[in-house]
Amino acid sequence: MKGINRALLAGAALALSCTASLAQKDTADAIARYRQLLQDGNPAELVVARGEALWKEKRGPKKASLEQCDLGLGAGVVKGAYAQLPRHFADTDKVMDYESRVVHCMVTLQGLDHATATKNPFSGTGQRQTDIEALVAYVVEQSRGVPVKISQAHPQEKASFDRGKQLFYMRAGPYDFSCASCHGVTGQRIRLQDLPNIANVKEDAERAFTTWPAYRVSQGTLRSMQWRLNDCFRQARWPEPVFGSPATVDLITFLGVKANGAKMDSPSIKR
Amino acid sequence: MKRKHVLAAVLAIGSAVLIGCATYTAPTREETLQVVNSSFRERGIAKLDRLKQSDMQVACSEASLTGQELPKDVAARLEKQALATVKYPADGAYLGDFKQGERIAQTGVGLQWSDNDKTVAGGNCYACHELASQELAFGNIGPSLKGYGRLRGNSKEVVTYTWGKLWNSHAYNACSQMPRYGDANILTTAQLKDLMALLLDPNSPVNK
Repeated sequence: MKGINRALLAGAALALSCTASLAQKDTADAIARYRQLLQDGNPAELVVARGEALWKEKRGPKKASLEQCDLGLGAGVVKGAYAQLPRHFADTDKVMDYESRVVHCMVTLQGLDHATATKNPFSGTGQRQTDIEALVAYVVEQSRGVPVKISQAHPQEKASFDRGKQLFYMRAGPYDFSCASCHGVTGQRIRLQDLPNIANVKEDAERAFTTWPAYRVSQGTLRSMQWRLNDCFRQARWPEPVFGSPATVDLITFLGVKANGAKMDSPSIKR
Repeated sequence: MKRKHVLAAVLAIGSAVLIGCATYTAPTREETLQVVNSSFRERGIAKLDRLKQSDMQVACSEASLTGQELPKDVAARLEKQALATVKYPADGAYLGDFKQGERIAQTGVGLQWSDNDKTVAGGNCYACHELASQELAFGNIGPSLKGYGRLRGNSKEVVTYTWGKLWNSHAYNACSQMPRYGDANILTTAQLKDLMALLLDPNSPVNK
């Protein structure tokens, strides 16, 4: 970590000695090197292991495991399941993403109370991963290398995509921000952070969908797709999206369909 | 008889499927708004009234969604409405302290649910703009403002335009992406004066 900081500082120092644009490129290169160095050891592996144990543990009032949870490929099928979510489920007659679906299984199979199960879905910086985060890590790992295949066959799946698209462009709140304010133009940055053009560039949507969930080094914790949306809305000065709510599923559907065909590569590791 | 029933059932299912496919219509704006409204909750200072869109937000969202520019008359009306919101300093003094202005430009907090009503908000200008040349970590969603005052001078026109742009950016560009720092009560009048100095004071790092 010290070496990385030194590399960043060296990059920054070098940057100051050049003209601004050249300097900025050096800084960006140093950050790219830092990201490269991170790829060697991903602490998400530990979270995956905890998630697997949790998946198989008999818990809740019904003393049942989640092994019979149907994630869309049949009860008990975990391999490749994350790559085809969100999708429509006949038993709830709803389009559900992985996170809302696993909560559904915790409620129906294990007898947990919905409000309790979703009370604290995200860990704080440096805190232990929540159960949901661990269950996210385990299940998404079982889709690594699997092509994203999110269905648009059911009318509700289409409606989810269309609502997600409308919400993506909806400007609201005291800052007048929409998702598109930051993610609708190619080559844009906030400070030095490159912003994916999710609306218009397939590769950008693919990278966003296939590399979340991710282990966030700066926060020392694994972050899920629901967290990614939640923290975007915080910074966009909106109210808080309810965990697993229809609007969040719709945005994930909008992003996911754009990523169809790309291979899942998650949990990844990010800055 | 049985065969007839089966046939009728097959026909019924078949036509239901056909109707199902043929009648798919994309959700209307109102339907989507209902789903959105039921999907958020207030947290701290971020209340649900933030989901209620202004005329500008509705018109600019639609333009962004469809990729169409606003009709000229709509754009002109929104700009006129925005310009009418601008409150110019009563004391006629526009330039505060550029050092404070630099701090405000660097700070990104304010109005998030992770802030509170005591949080002194920043302008977060560097998130989107290049300003002082020694700050390399600047974004590019907005244009470079390096040398802003040096290049434009500080005539009355430049000064009042800049104030109006900071107060309500939509006065000069109907669907501007820049927050309405004065109109939306993000920054105080004193803070806006400090940002004015950052942009226009000849001794500001922006103009060095």
